[in-house]
Amino acid sequence: MNKRIKSLALGGAVAGLLSFGLVGCSSDGGDVTLTLATVNNGQMKDMEGLKGEFEAANPGIKVNFQVMEEGDLRAAVTSDVANAAGQYDIVTIGAYEVPQWGANGWLTDLTADLADEAYDVGDILPPVRDALSVDGKQYAVPFYGESSILMYNKEILDKAGVKMPNKPTWQQVAAAAKKVNSAETAGICLRGKPGWGDLFAPLTTVVQTFGGTWYDMNWNAKVNAPEFVQAVTFYKDLLDSAGQKDPVSYSFNECLTALKTGKVAMWYDASVAASMLEADDSPVKGKMGYAHAPVVKTKESGWLWSWNLAVPANTQNKEAAIKFIKWATSKEYHQLVGTKLGWSLVPPGARTSTYAIPEYNAAASAYAPITLEVMSAVNPKQPGVNPQPWVGIQYVAIPEFQDVGNQVAQLVADAIAGRTSVKEALDKGQAIAQAAGDAQK
Amino acid sequence: MRSAKASIITFITWVIAVTYFFPVLWMFINAFKTENDAASLTPKFIFTPSFEGFQRLMDRGMASYLTNSILASVTSTVLVLLLSVPAAYALSIRPIVKVQDVLFFFISTRFMPAAASILPMFMIFKTLNVLDNVFALSLVYAAMNLPIAIWMMRSFLSEVPMEIIEAARIDGANFRTEVTKVVLPIVLPGIAAVALICFIFSWNEYFFSVLLTSANAKTTPPFLASFVDGRGQFLAVLSAASTVAALPVIIAGWLAQKQLVRGLAMGAVK
Amino acid sequence: MTTATPTMTKAASGLRNIALSRALVAPALIFSIALTQIPFLVTIYFSLMRWNLLQPKERGFAGFENYIYVFKTGDLFPAIKATVGLTAISVVTSLLVGLLFAILLDRTFRGQSIARTLIITPFLIMPAASALIWKFSMFDTNIGVINYIVQKLGFSAIGWSTEYPYISVIILLTWQYAPFMMLILLSGLQSQSREVLEAAAVDRAGAWRTFLLITLPHLRQYIEISILLGTIMLLQAFDPVAIMTKGTGGTKTLAYLLYERAFVGMNVGQAAAYGVVTVVLTIIVATIALRTLFKVFMTGVNK
Repeated sequence: MNKRIKSLALGGAVAGLLSFGLVGCSSDGGDVTLTLATVNNGQMKDMEGLKGEFEAANPGIKVNFQVMEEGDLRAAVTSDVANAAGQYDIVTIGAYEVPQWGANGWLTDLTADLADEAYDVGDILPPVRDALSVDGKQYAVPFYGESSILMYNKEILDKAGVKMPNKPTWQQVAAAAKKVNSAETAGICLRGKPGWGDLFAPLTTVVQTFGGTWYDMNWNAKVNAPEFVQAVTFYKDLLDSAGQKDPVSYSFNECLTALKTGKVAMWYDASVAASMLEADDSPVKGKMGYAHAPVVKTKESGWLWSWNLAVPANTQNKEAAIKFIKWATSKEYHQLVGTKLGWSLVPPGARTSTYAIPEYNAAASAYAPITLEVMSAVNPKQPGVNPQPWVGIQYVAIPEFQDVGNQVAQLVADAIAGRTSVKEALDKGQAIAQAAGDAQK
Repeated sequence: MRSAKASIITFITWVIAVTYFFPVLWMFINAFKTENDAASLTPKFIFTPSFEGFQRLMDRGMASYLTNSILASVTSTVLVLLLSVPAAYALSIRPIVKVQDVLFFFISTRFMPAAASILPMFMIFKTLNVLDNVFALSLVYAAMNLPIAIWMMRSFLSEVPMEIIEAARIDGANFRTEVTKVVLPIVLPGIAAVALICFIFSWNEYFFSVLLTSANAKTTPPFLASFVDGRGQFLAVLSAASTVAALPVIIAGWLAQKQLVRGLAMGAVK
Repeated sequence: MTTATPTMTKAASGLRNIALSRALVAPALIFSIALTQIPFLVTIYFSLMRWNLLQPKERGFAGFENYIYVFKTGDLFPAIKATVGLTAISVVTSLLVGLLFAILLDRTFRGQSIARTLIITPFLIMPAASALIWKFSMFDTNIGVINYIVQKLGFSAIGWSTEYPYISVIILLTWQYAPFMMLILLSGLQSQSREVLEAAAVDRAGAWRTFLLITLPHLRQYIEISILLGTIMLLQAFDPVAIMTKGTGGTKTLAYLLYERAFVGMNVGQAAAYGVVTVVLTIIVATIALRTLFKVFMTGVNK
């Protein structure tokens, strides 16, 4: 009996091995199958849904989506590309990675391929394009982009008699948050989840508008400088007095839920959130107001992020891959999304022309104008008060930053939780940041 | 009196079991909700069921990930049993010198944190050209589970009363009979438990699958995590994915349990 | 071993037995060496390299630079503390909860196998999924069931990850691993000799005395194997930290620290050095612990 089970299982395994071998062979026909590594965000899901249109228009090319969790994507794609393993023909990478990977020679230089008139590369929002280029060479195309804005529930603010200006200061926002804060509803939701892309996306913009920065022009770390400390203290105090409970658990999604369920009145986060708050099934649809990122010493304070498509230098299918990424970031693709899936779903923040589509402006009237306004106004070359030696707003474009940002975020989170003081946390953070800064000198 | 006490204990057992199971039950329930319902402030037990989540699993081809998981888990479990049963047998019933050293060696192979050995493994896989190969992956899983299997098997085998084996030997049983007719029947429930645990660990393994596989051999866990959406709610779809992914192991667990129960009768024999 | 066979034959059969035993262990040993020791050698080699994936141009031989980094940054000791603390507490709580379950389930009652399946299930769910489900649907301050109940009882919501990161991790690990302990302990309970228990009942020994004097000594081997395997698995526990606390509040374990070195820092050399140091430390601790505390390790040769 037992023996039979064993031999059956073995037989199954052997059969599996054989069939696997066969499948492996048969997939290599004359056709090209592109493997695209990406994340699960809404716009990417839409792209996966529409890939059939591309495949129909380009017989012989198939596109296989490998969707991964964001952290997994970074780990898998970085290991693969850095070691020239060549498993992916197209990768989705953030604005932070593009210039570094480009400089490492890991990505295909797309400048010449994008030069044709139909693609109209000049239509891409200038700050976004700046962040994707090194020495005039463009290494990726933006699939969608975002800045950060202040979102608020008008009903709750009206009830408390609070008026929010279009360009508020952080002091105004803090006062408003405290005024509307109650046992039922928190005044504001701010990210507290430790991570360079979580907590430190909004917090870095706060630091910059308070006059602080991660590094000065000579790569001296400025993490325990007075402005940085002041900004982090402000952030912590705001969370303590009028923020959501359990900040360490909170990032984009948690705040989104809190806002939709009416548990918080305001939220400072990615502009793309507006399209979710205004979605048809959203309980707060039509009740929201939107304002520029709050400021203190700078004129604008929004961040700048884009998810981009790039072609690793070692792929075997370069030509087909470039064809696909041009298709997915073209004006025609935007029309396709609009007509097939709905105009409010057009990927935002990548092309200026998106904001000239009447149907899009009608569908996204609540947030399209402010998104375009903010995204064109932010300056990734100098987002803070003083000049900085890198291009980028809520991150430092050096390879060490995701590590430094993560470690400092953990220290700050312990300070937010009240286990250490802000000063103590940032003194430790300064040492970590300085070690990375020294490597740039 | 006795039976009243027994039913109280039974009642308490059930309360504890259901409470303990509640997070999983809640996951099953959330799997049939829309994202908005799953993110409701008051836990919703009554709602219009939605199959949105399951639809998305189908759209993204969950079947192929499940197939890879089955291949990797079954292959590695069979391999582990083939290697661990004889080894544990030698380490408990048959005399062998330096038992402790051998045992220690096996357990020490589990001391390296996975995160440290993944990149070296990636390099080896790349050099051997077996990246994205489900059978290469199952070899890694077998190596990962082997020490646990050997240690567990050994503790089951050393429960086999020596008198029974010796009686068989005196009756002239050769090695083959000794194993198949005497020892294996006694430890069958143990083997089932070991198989179950190896299967679960392989089924749920995450890190190696993320790095060592891509388009063809990716298993279910990274697929499941891929529903974590950086810009949107995902509790319902994640619950649906986790539910589908958990069903095979729950069924396997339930079946292996029956083996364990049968072990009860065998324990009574001794 | 005591058999009545003449000495000569015994020696010969002993030799044959040893040869046979070696043949039985060899495949497992060879397989294990090939799949774990070769990667380990590669890890040692990497630990001597200056190699950050993101900085390919800097790659080169580093000598003991990475090891100096490991001991100099001051992350190692807190990580060891977090690992030992979280592992020890979770192993003990899982063992106690597992023992309680095993005792409750070692009876015949209606729906026994269903109750057992319910209790085993948390162990069957993928750890990362468990952590996510707990974070969102149990611990969350707005939509979590636990906080819903807490608030219904008139208390204010608990910010689990912020206020009680350490306890949150332990709760989740216990929930996941107690069923594993239960599984092993239950098979221990079921292998108890019925006659001995019945004899104890006839002697009117109380339930508690029977448990202390008969059951517990019988379970020793099973408890030891549960502790040993539980420790090995919990030492590597990663998901609750990665998903709920991100290493804050004293929860930055070696497993998580190493993950950050490897996949956030992308530093192959440092991660490898941490890995080698971890292995060496664990071997030292394990050698001492096994040889002094664990009967299951010592017995066997002369059974």
